[in-house]
Amino acid sequence: MRVLVKPAQYLALAAYIVFLGFPLLWLVSASFKSSAELNSLTVNLIPQDWRWENFSEALERQGLVRSAANSIVVALVSTALVILIALPAAYALARFRGLLRTVGTGWILVSQVFPVILIILPLFLILRTIGLTDSLVGLTLVHATYTLPFALWMLQGYVTAIPTELEEAGAMDGAGRTRVLREIVFPLLMPGIVATAMFSFVSSWNEFFFALVLLQSPDNYTLPITLKMFIGGEGKVALGPLAAGSVLAAIPSIVFFSFMQKKLTGGLLSGAVKG
Amino acid sequence: MTATSLTRPASTGGGRGRRPGRSGARSMGGVGRAKRREAIALVVPSLLPVLLLSVAPLLVGVLLAFTDARLVRRPEYEVVGLENFQRLLDNGFFWDSFRIGMVWAVSVTVLQLLAGMGLALLLNADLRLQGLTRVLALIPWAMPPVVVAIMWRMIYSPNAGPLNAALGGLGLPDDINWLADFSTALPAVVVVGVWVGMPQTTVTLLAGLQQIPGELNEAASVDGANAWRRFTAVTLPSLRPIVTSITSLNFIWNFNSFSLVYVLTEGGPGGKTMLPMLFTYLEAFKNRNIGYAAAMGVVLVVVVVLLLSAYLWSQFRAEKER
Repeated sequence: MRVLVKPAQYLALAAYIVFLGFPLLWLVSASFKSSAELNSLTVNLIPQDWRWENFSEALERQGLVRSAANSIVVALVSTALVILIALPAAYALARFRGLLRTVGTGWILVSQVFPVILIILPLFLILRTIGLTDSLVGLTLVHATYTLPFALWMLQGYVTAIPTELEEAGAMDGAGRTRVLREIVFPLLMPGIVATAMFSFVSSWNEFFFALVLLQSPDNYTLPITLKMFIGGEGKVALGPLAAGSVLAAIPSIVFFSFMQKKLTGGLLSGAVKG
Repeated sequence: MTATSLTRPASTGGGRGRRPGRSGARSMGGVGRAKRREAIALVVPSLLPVLLLSVAPLLVGVLLAFTDARLVRRPEYEVVGLENFQRLLDNGFFWDSFRIGMVWAVSVTVLQLLAGMGLALLLNADLRLQGLTRVLALIPWAMPPVVVAIMWRMIYSPNAGPLNAALGGLGLPDDINWLADFSTALPAVVVVGVWVGMPQTTVTLLAGLQQIPGELNEAASVDGANAWRRFTAVTLPSLRPIVTSITSLNFIWNFNSFSLVYVLTEGGPGGKTMLPMLFTYLEAFKNRNIGYAAAMGVVLVVVVVLLLSAYLWSQFRAEKER
């Protein structure tokens, strides 16, 4: 019985690896296949002839590059907004305890379970009144608002990790408040800011629902919307370039998560779960 | 994100979020008036966009539910009281969609928990290949929901998909149109839901597992407890608070899920995967009945809050009895 435990565990682990990894592998493989091969009944994981052209075709395809550019702009600006707004608030939440903190963390929790559908209806009407539907400005504001709570939560965790003694020591040595913040807190906080910014960027880059509701003209589409539009008329669509475009669209998130892997499994989450 | 992936990650789609906890009540002693004012000044800028873009819309959304507002250029609407809700009671399609949403949310949440627990236990054991598995377990979490959906459409493809090919290789029926067949569509999207949501559950449970002191398990071993007994007597009780919170959050996220299924099936075939959020979205933006859709939203939120309170209450009672 005992001897069987390890092999059984490895068998289970292998099953997980196949379940989690195979779809990814298949997508990557499809991105190198010709249409003929993708539609043929003989199914192979390894492409028979590697078609790198799928990637150039995906990029040449009308709208893909433009919508990728839109996505980048929206993600960058909303990230900048989020960091600018969240940084002081995170500092306040971490350093000044009491009612403020209770309300703040309560709101962060509630915002995680917000019924978006109920918000998007009036939000759409409001944004239309001020002419911000079908506009990247409107989408940027909405993305920033919806990333803010979690970004705030991440950042205040990083602030909490900086010992207050360091600030006190700085103050003792005669440094003013701004100087303490600029020369002691800020440098120590930099890795946390980078991580939060990356999270915010990826959230916006991946976001689909608000973009679907708010954007109407193809010139304004973000990448997820353009990809969705490609599969509208199945059959006619070239699956190879679609797969290639999808692979490209997934790159920022995968870069972020391989970068964050250690932090996510270790520090950040365990800190949050400790309660 | 997710707000959908923002959620949801992609949210949407995509979700992320942890249980905020108190990291040691380090009292600041008497926080001076000046300090408090400073704190408020620091927080206000983050409150403004939130008030404008989420709290205010939420309130307006509830009010909309009592009007006959339509999504047209010059919206003129009247307050109609409870009319929308009365209509909703008789709307069989809405309740069908509600039932599908429940089946989807419960099955995805339960499978996420079981699969995530299994993987977390494996990752906590002393095995090789853990680095690879950890990376694999994080990627689905981070991918854009649209890409996930496109990928799984390829897997499920009736003619050239690897799933049917594998089934054919085993001598099983290999002509199933997974996402278009009435009987397989919902289970097929549930599997994708589990694929996307399992990683976060795994990571959270793993973090909990790593906090259980090794001595507890050793002591149980010495007392002659086998692996299963150790799991039920030591591991599970220690994880209980984490399981409760991750289950509640997963349930809400899954019930509010939109992007993934929208791109996979658009609610088809024949409404078999019409999650409530899709139904409400179509009512608002295709049928343009925004007041009626808001009433649906209100009903959905109220039901979810009630269910969740019941669940949390039962967990709380169980915790107290121990």
